[in-house]
Amino acid sequence: MNRITAPRLGLGIAVALLALAPAALGNFAVALLNDIGIAALVALGLVLLTGVGGATSFGQAAFVGIAAYASAWLTTAHGVSPWLGLLFALLVTGAAALAIGALTLRLGGHFLPISTIAWGLSIAMLFGNLEALGRHTGLSNIPALRLGPWSLADARSIYYLIWVLVGLATWFAYNLLQSRTGRAIRSLRGGATLLASVGADAFRVRLTLFVTAALFAAVAGWLYAHMNRFVSPTPFDMHASIQYLLMAVAGGLGQLTGALVGAALVLVLKNGLQDLLPLLSSRGTQLEAVVFAALFILLLHHARGGLMGFLTRWTRGRFAADAAASKPAAPVAPVAALASRTLPQRGTPVLSVNGAVKRFGGLVAVNDVSFDVKAGEIVGLIGPNGAGKSTMFNLVTGALPMTAGQVRFLDQNITSLPQRTIARMGMARTFQHVKLRPQMSLLDNVALGAHARTHAGILAAGLGLDGHEEQQIFDEARRQLTRIGLADRAHELAGNLPLGTQRILEIARALAADPVLLVLDEPAAGLRRKEKMALGELLRRLREEGVTILIVEHDMDFVMKLVDRLVVMNFGSKLVEGPPAAVRSDTRVQAAYLGSVA
Amino acid sequence: MTWDVALILSIDGLANGAVYLLAGLGLVLIFSVTRVVFVPFGDVAAFAALSLAAFEAGKMPATVGLVLTLAALAVATEVVALVRRREFARIPMAIAGWGLLPALPCLLAWLIAGKPLPAAVPILTSILLVVPITPLVARVALQPIADASALVLLIASLALHFLLSGLGLLFFGPEGSRTAPLATWVLSLGDGFPISAQVLLMITSAIVLSGLFFLAFERTVTGKALRATAVNRVGARLVGIRPARTALLAYGCASLLAGLIGVLISPVMTMYYDSGLLIGLKAFVAAIIGGLTSYPLTAVGAIAVGLVESFASFFSGALKDVIVFSLLIPALMLRSYWATHSEEETEEVDQ
Repeated sequence: MNRITAPRLGLGIAVALLALAPAALGNFAVALLNDIGIAALVALGLVLLTGVGGATSFGQAAFVGIAAYASAWLTTAHGVSPWLGLLFALLVTGAAALAIGALTLRLGGHFLPISTIAWGLSIAMLFGNLEALGRHTGLSNIPALRLGPWSLADARSIYYLIWVLVGLATWFAYNLLQSRTGRAIRSLRGGATLLASVGADAFRVRLTLFVTAALFAAVAGWLYAHMNRFVSPTPFDMHASIQYLLMAVAGGLGQLTGALVGAALVLVLKNGLQDLLPLLSSRGTQLEAVVFAALFILLLHHARGGLMGFLTRWTRGRFAADAAASKPAAPVAPVAALASRTLPQRGTPVLSVNGAVKRFGGLVAVNDVSFDVKAGEIVGLIGPNGAGKSTMFNLVTGALPMTAGQVRFLDQNITSLPQRTIARMGMARTFQHVKLRPQMSLLDNVALGAHARTHAGILAAGLGLDGHEEQQIFDEARRQLTRIGLADRAHELAGNLPLGTQRILEIARALAADPVLLVLDEPAAGLRRKEKMALGELLRRLREEGVTILIVEHDMDFVMKLVDRLVVMNFGSKLVEGPPAAVRSDTRVQAAYLGSVA
Repeated sequence: MTWDVALILSIDGLANGAVYLLAGLGLVLIFSVTRVVFVPFGDVAAFAALSLAAFEAGKMPATVGLVLTLAALAVATEVVALVRRREFARIPMAIAGWGLLPALPCLLAWLIAGKPLPAAVPILTSILLVVPITPLVARVALQPIADASALVLLIASLALHFLLSGLGLLFFGPEGSRTAPLATWVLSLGDGFPISAQVLLMITSAIVLSGLFFLAFERTVTGKALRATAVNRVGARLVGIRPARTALLAYGCASLLAGLIGVLISPVMTMYYDSGLLIGLKAFVAAIIGGLTSYPLTAVGAIAVGLVESFASFFSGALKDVIVFSLLIPALMLRSYWATHSEEETEEVDQ
């Protein structure tokens, strides 16, 4: 058996088993499978949001509740079709998620998850206190679903609807993660600066993800309401939210399949406990919560990757050798390359910094520095440690706001523009402290660089309609990887590269953005001599192609041979500017680096 | 709303605020030293209240069983850890520290249960009884993952709340109880405006305790060690502070605060095994206004939360909690607006 097809085979068997299940199983088991399917939808959203996107939600059950109540209310109070209820449920849940997300998703660190506790709790309390929603008694007599002439009232008939929806949602999520938006989502954990450097808005990406996860929960809520035909506040409280999170963690936050496996694990275990505990103690139902909480804590102690995480680790150890070979470039029709910018005429000013000042409280990190960079030249920014070079870089790229002064890029004042906009104008950068996504392949990392050059949105991505653009992106990414000499390792994980090579990979990502100006922060650090020579060669070739480069570097030998001009900084001020030979013989520079002769 | 009503509500709000202040102090203390948002804080307070109620009913509180169970778990965890590290010589100390020490208040409870004693004795015993709970659960559930990300710790702490409230139901049962007021006289203010001594007691203890906290943190070496661990765990370790020990101290202090809250609040509010969550979460709102790090701002937040709660309950009793939690959103937004935008990377998901 060919191992490449192993996942497909597994998928085929799983689908076949699920399709045949109702024929083979009793009513109770089918009802359990229905519950598992509904819970898996919610957990799937959580895997996307928490596992991939890094934003934990303790309130996901509230979204299930909003959708369930929305559809229940519309169909009972106004007697419309449950299918219209689905539309309404999606709308209301989406709007609620958009509002909550817009308010809270800018929060950093632990504040975001804590805020989810707050709204998760509040929404569940609202259900129990609103007259229109039947207060604590809830709403009953919700109509069952009908599909044309067939009623889906009984568990066996709604089973197929639930699992088709689970399949569709998984397929959508899978497509999404492989797409342009997906790469941005997978990079969220790398921080907002990384995303801004490729022209993406971390907040928007996160909001999109948050709403998507909420809509997955909404579909689950709608199914719940019309399957049970009764809603009350309890199944949507924080307890339920925690249980959904438990599912995602137990299955494995790192994989989409973790949602399905986790939902099955938790619900089967729950059923088992409900049967077993009353035999052990008269307070069986009370023990259930204790057992679950204890299991959850044990899981966090010993198996934070969940079951699927464990499986992945196990299979990776076994089949790692095949992984690289298993993905040959598929023979597909060639597509047109991504449109690229026309680079400015050689010698025209690209960047001009005018009287830049940056103060951190009393410390003046950059003091009245001015310099120009013209198209097609390599300018080096050097200076002793603490001279303010990196701060200067952050001012130029818009990562830090300037205290005073002005920066112009391509004849536009970019002083107060956000980093993202500057990146989109054609300024690409690398970082002194490498910002790569260690769990993504080299190819995916470079493809992220092309984010601003492409447009496919989340819907096109999820429905798999972005094939053409994806191919363009990957052609470009492969081209850049070949350029830096890493094409043969395209499918390895970026985290496995040595640090020096990771810096080179960042250059490839920057190049994928088709930049006018390339801003490199210590690219040669950690490279061996031969690699440095290759890097120098690459940068010279880029200069010939018309790319302008601004570079901070400590290796004097490397810089002196490479650059056209040098700007020397010391204690935040500009010391000298000029060609390498002149700078080398300047006494002030010598004094700054070596100390003056007393 | 007349001025009289407003005044009554304000005093009510201040009394609530005093409770949230104490709870907020405990939360900030634990968070700043261990990065754990300790959700089960309120549960510990509820256990203290329920213990006191049991004493008043002439019964031995179920807390004894709870503490002994937790102590047994902690001893087991500690012994397993020591055996793994092959440090057999330290096992007797571990048993004494984690097993016998927490059993002391239980012994005291056993001695005084059912005996007619002055009110102060059961009150003190109730507080002492819950002091071991937080350090014990932290030892069992949180210390093994002390170096995990703040997020994992938060999830664990939330799970811990469900564990504790489940145990609470198991040990105390679903019945609620209310204890006798700690003081019965009433102070008349101006033209016969009454303030009960209970309220005064709550406010005074909040002021005195927060003052003590401030002094302990600013003036003592231990306080400085706690602050150092809060700022940088690795750095603190380098200068010889043991994070596990300072964490233990923080958990102990917080537990003491929780105990105090329990006995202060139980005469004015019927406590159930799960009443703690809402107290804890409202104290969070206060602590978050203080950014989970600043004690003075937490105090301001606590008073604000208390006032909002008491006025909200006047307008809509059912929705008062919703209103208080909604307060969190603007607080968080202000926080993130003020916060310096330091670039923080979240850890990779474990495979």
